[in-house]
Amino acid sequence: MSELTKRIPKQHVVGFVGSIILTVAAAWAAVGSDLPTPWIITSIMVLAVIQAFIQLFMFMHMTETESGGIQAGNMLYGFFVAVVIVAGSIWTMSFGYTHDHGGGSDNDNETEEHEHMDH
Amino acid sequence: MSAHTDISTGPLEYRTQEGRMNILGFWIFLGAEVVLFSTLFATYAVLFGRTADAPVPADLFEMPMVLIMTFLLLTSSFTCGIAIHHMRRGSLKGLFVWLGITLALGLGFLGFEIYEFVHYAHEGASLPSSAFWSAFFVLTGTHGLHVLLGISWAVLILIQLRQRGLTPVTSRKVFIVGLYWHFLDVIWIFIFTSVYLIGMVV
Repeated sequence: MSELTKRIPKQHVVGFVGSIILTVAAAWAAVGSDLPTPWIITSIMVLAVIQAFIQLFMFMHMTETESGGIQAGNMLYGFFVAVVIVAGSIWTMSFGYTHDHGGGSDNDNETEEHEHMDH
Repeated sequence: MSAHTDISTGPLEYRTQEGRMNILGFWIFLGAEVVLFSTLFATYAVLFGRTADAPVPADLFEMPMVLIMTFLLLTSSFTCGIAIHHMRRGSLKGLFVWLGITLALGLGFLGFEIYEFVHYAHEGASLPSSAFWSAFFVLTGTHGLHVLLGISWAVLILIQLRQRGLTPVTSRKVFIVGLYWHFLDVIWIFIFTSVYLIGMVV
């Protein structure tokens, strides 16, 4: 526990600098890079997950004390359920809902809605 | 770290069985919060692009504003960690100073978010404007409400700290509100990425 003698713990500074770099990298990837859109989305989501883990491990000390394993397992399970809910919702709603509700002819929308009701 | 050294020499907040159980319980609550926010993220993702006659996100989202908000909250999460560190060193003054900075940054974030919402409303994007904007305001608004709750909660605990000083009970309360504050930044990282950045790309 020699860290306690310092005014600012090194682990937190490393986490903070890392988070700033990840944030700037994600912002640059989004508006400054020429990568194809799917690559941009994938890479910035990966950067977000890394930054979330920095918070959990370096700032929140998720794994400290004897219940650290339960805490980490609980959070990982929470994130797993979150991924299932978000990816599952996008996947479920990707069938037959590709038309734009905002514009187009009303007739089209009506037939679409009738079709969905039948199912 | 073994359980024994923690109880006798470890941080104050872990000294009692009740303190340890409260902190574990709060982690379980945070897991549930992750799932709560995931339903709002899912709704947002599904309704993405359903802007009807309202402005599209790419026209309203501005990188400087989003980066300012992101760095305010990120820095506040860092200073909150430093505040907990000072508490563990037994420095009540350090805890007050760093937690005070944290709350000031949090208020700055809220100020920018309110300004942002008012600005969007003037541009014709508010809660009832379209399915997309409903989902946007519910997601970011729920996060904003959490920040407001976090600030109010931390202020109450600061008052209690002034009255009672650092005890196993007050340390545990400060530690838990600290966990909550870091968690708000975890959620914001995903709002920043999947709402603002993707909104500017697509």
